[in-house]
Amino acid sequence: MALLSKANQEALVGPLNLNNPVVVQVLGICSALAVTAQLEPAIVMGLSVTIITAFSNLIISIIRNTIPNRIRIIVQLVVVAALVTIVSQVLKAFAYDVSVQLSVYVGLIITNCILMGRLEAFAMMNKPWPSFLDGIGNGIGYAIILIIVGFVRELLGAGTLLGFQVIPQWCYDHGYVNNGMMTMPAMSLIIVGCVIWAHRAYNKDLV
Amino acid sequence: MEHLLSLFVRSIFVDNMIFAFFLGMCSYLAVSKSVKTALGLGVAVTFVLLITVPVDYLLQMYVLGPNCLVDGVDLSFLSFILFIAVIAAIVQLVEMIVERFSPSLYNALGIFLPLIAVNCAIMGASLFMQQRVTMPDTNSQAITSVWDSIAYALGSGIGWLLAITCLAAIREKMAYTDVPRPLQGLGITFITVGLMAMAFMCFSGLNL
Repeated sequence: MALLSKANQEALVGPLNLNNPVVVQVLGICSALAVTAQLEPAIVMGLSVTIITAFSNLIISIIRNTIPNRIRIIVQLVVVAALVTIVSQVLKAFAYDVSVQLSVYVGLIITNCILMGRLEAFAMMNKPWPSFLDGIGNGIGYAIILIIVGFVRELLGAGTLLGFQVIPQWCYDHGYVNNGMMTMPAMSLIIVGCVIWAHRAYNKDLV
Repeated sequence: MEHLLSLFVRSIFVDNMIFAFFLGMCSYLAVSKSVKTALGLGVAVTFVLLITVPVDYLLQMYVLGPNCLVDGVDLSFLSFILFIAVIAAIVQLVEMIVERFSPSLYNALGIFLPLIAVNCAIMGASLFMQQRVTMPDTNSQAITSVWDSIAYALGSGIGWLLAITCLAAIREKMAYTDVPRPLQGLGITFITVGLMAMAFMCFSGLNL
């Protein structure tokens, strides 16, 4: 199994937990906070970032030996911007409602620090296949955090998940009220803070 | 004039880059350890915003918008690539100017000066500007002239500067508090920013 050797497995699985891009490396916070008021945009955003990270890692890794060092940031930005333009057009064509909800945050994937971080730290000095796996791993690690935050915020804020009513009517009849605070931007910061707290309490060697 | 003032004040308090849209979070969390460097970065970001947003506005109006270059052609799908190129070029320019005229500030900012290029606050302001261009004139958030875009850029920059300086001041004081170990550092910073964002929510009804 040369395709999934020990080092490649590490590149794929590491970012899911101990090397998570959001809660450990603190990259890509902006969009993680802004699109998580509901579960659906969070999933779409996670998926888009995974695709873009994987392919930009792959492309940069293929051409890494031909990029002059001085202008590498601009080359990376242009590759990422081209990929983001494609994803944004695809979203507009096939998932228009979600792309309206995500608004400018699709375009902001370009400046998402996960991309630049992984391109600089991994794709510039590794072969295409491990870079591709690293991109997928980091994208999924990012998506996991988005989905956790989106799950909590939609469940407590609106009582729904993916638009379906989850909390039964009799709870409301007995005086249960949706927490409107959860749909406000401020709460996503506090939830991510709590996720980091739980993650570090569990993985003691990260502290 | 009223419209300019309204845009300016609203973009500082109501549509604050950090507390309402979470833009520029990465450098916001990384550079907010001391008030002095936070202030320096805030000024640099404001400056870059002040140049890029009007330039991007002119590009949007005269190159990218519908029927600008060629009749019946809407080039706005190219805006991501064009905007990021403008931002990268201007950041490079600012870097060279700062290095030439103020070496001490250049050394203090270090790696974070070139990183302004990938600061989402800059790109975000350009993309929000692009959204607001299409709004009707009567909307209080509409950007209809270069002056509007300058007022918006200046307000957003000052809002960002205000937010990072406040957080840096709080974090300097927080060094003396007894926080549970797993919550120390990043965790408590997030919760602090969350509480600050809640405080800023009280401006959301503000109308000029």
